[in-house]
Amino acid sequence: MAHVAEASAPEDAAAEPRVGALGRIMRALRLPRGDFFATTGLIIYAVFLITALLADVIRPHDPLEILFSDDGQLLANAPPSLTYPLGTTNLGRDIFSQLVVGTRAALIVGVTAAIVVAAIGTLIGLISGFFGGWIDNGLMRLADVALGIPFLPFTIVLSSFIGASTWTIVMAIALLLWPNTARVIRSQVLSVRERAFVEAARVSGSSPWRILFVHVAPNILPLTFLYGSIAIGWAILTEASISFLGFGPSDVVSWGYMLQDAYGSQALSRGSFNWFVPPGVCIVLVVVAGFFVSRGYEELLFPKLKD
Amino acid sequence: MKSVLSRFAQMLFVLWVVATILFLMFRLMPGDPTAAYIDTTFTEEQQQQLRAAFGLDQPLWKQYFIFIANAAQGEFGESFHHRKPVIDLLMEVLPNTLVLTLSSIIVAYIFGVLVGSWLAWNRGTRAEAIVVPTVLTLRAAPEFWLGMVLLATFGFGLGWFPSGGANSAGAAYGSEWSRIFSSDFLHHLFLPALTLALYLQGLPLLLMRSNMLDVMQEDFVMMARMKGLPEWVIVLKHAARNALLPVMTAFAIGIGQSIGANVVVETVFSWPGLGRLLVASVAASDYPVAQGAFLLIAAVLVLMNFIADLLYSVLDPRVSHGARR
Repeated sequence: MAHVAEASAPEDAAAEPRVGALGRIMRALRLPRGDFFATTGLIIYAVFLITALLADVIRPHDPLEILFSDDGQLLANAPPSLTYPLGTTNLGRDIFSQLVVGTRAALIVGVTAAIVVAAIGTLIGLISGFFGGWIDNGLMRLADVALGIPFLPFTIVLSSFIGASTWTIVMAIALLLWPNTARVIRSQVLSVRERAFVEAARVSGSSPWRILFVHVAPNILPLTFLYGSIAIGWAILTEASISFLGFGPSDVVSWGYMLQDAYGSQALSRGSFNWFVPPGVCIVLVVVAGFFVSRGYEELLFPKLKD
Repeated sequence: MKSVLSRFAQMLFVLWVVATILFLMFRLMPGDPTAAYIDTTFTEEQQQQLRAAFGLDQPLWKQYFIFIANAAQGEFGESFHHRKPVIDLLMEVLPNTLVLTLSSIIVAYIFGVLVGSWLAWNRGTRAEAIVVPTVLTLRAAPEFWLGMVLLATFGFGLGWFPSGGANSAGAAYGSEWSRIFSSDFLHHLFLPALTLALYLQGLPLLLMRSNMLDVMQEDFVMMARMKGLPEWVIVLKHAARNALLPVMTAFAIGIGQSIGANVVVETVFSWPGLGRLLVASVAASDYPVAQGAFLLIAAVLVLMNFIADLLYSVLDPRVSHGARR
């Protein structure tokens, strides 16, 4: 999403040169400028994005490298120190490096899944609400079905049958999580399509699809972003759960993988809080950032909540 | 009445589609379709019997009808590993999952409703500035991670609670009820239920808070104020009762969803429930059990969605039939 923002930044800058980089991103994402929660959320995202991009520079060790001390001893369960900021795992792997590299997996799953869910949900919501009739009926029954499939069990079964990969997880999220977005967008479209400017477009002979995408769609864009920002968190939580249960991709170091590794290696009974607390904290931060950004959209969409 | 029937028909339709998707999914799995029911270690006689029962020698469309007919009767075949009918295995673990889910969700919703209304009444205070972000953070935390931290702290670290399972090894009970109400069981239940409750309380709390804020703007609350009713009467009798409606539907949906989402918490605490059975059977390629567990979880989810739908229109007559949330 941040890429989209940067791509459209230059023209915004020309229009109003005194807005900073953050302000420009916020405007491209249609966020209210100066909103405390939204700003905090975006800053958290930015920090994780930079970490993910520079992961190979930041990480002191290879995340899967087995480390030995100078005298040839395996560095198993080393406590945090200057050289190993978060200590090492039971196999002598650097926890901090795993945490840094894990940012990448989290953001890839989170952002792709959010884009897919928001896009499918918006499209179905738009079509369902705008055309109504049997199209609406059919699509909403489809939504009932998607909501009737238990999400985590479905993802587990899918991963074990068609192969565990990041894309399986994204696919499961895309298949099952669009109805919430679609339902809200549909009800919004129902009210937007009755507005005067839509009528004007219809009278002037615009085709239905043109009305839908040129006149109606821009009005519900903040809702799309709202659900997209919540979906990022959902996707990251799902990836972590699936990896924790052992159905995640085995070749990707992610936060869920770290937690599974810690759980399976008796880190809990050993009290290695330095191992299993940091990945959880990172997940919390990214998901909370999503909540904060979505709050920004809520204040924009439902200003009544403010007072 | 007619609308209840049509909703019920809709629920059956959804359940049927979900079962169909499940049937097709289990035909996606690697290997021969008969692998869904027949393990190579079964005796020839057993294999014959299962082939006949599930029509595995029949064409796919016939297998499908047999599958639906069997599933409707709770017949899911025989477990590869436990060598028992799947339905027996499911019924063995179902009470554990129900107790875990219901106890945690009830605690979470009572807490959420009370604290949510209290927060609405104390809008803009320092309490709000502390509680709301805390609640958001708890909702953002992965359930299984919350469980891991609690388990490491109170289970292993302080030794207050057992490290997993639902009963101590070797304990014998006269009946299922005496097992569930034994102090040993409750001792095992505490941490997993607390984990789930901590995660679940956020939704009712935030819902209740925002509903109360909405309801308090309504005319009838103003009217009650003008009548000079005491503040607590206004809160309890007038505002809270109306703000509670959406929370009730969320409660019903929440039960359905957490039965499926419990998989992770049950795994962390080695809780012998439906979710853990599903994970174990998928990992061990015990397909009949996986299929049965999945369908049972889906059935509960669909049923609770249906109940939520009914509650929604029964509790709030303003909702016209057919209008959807």
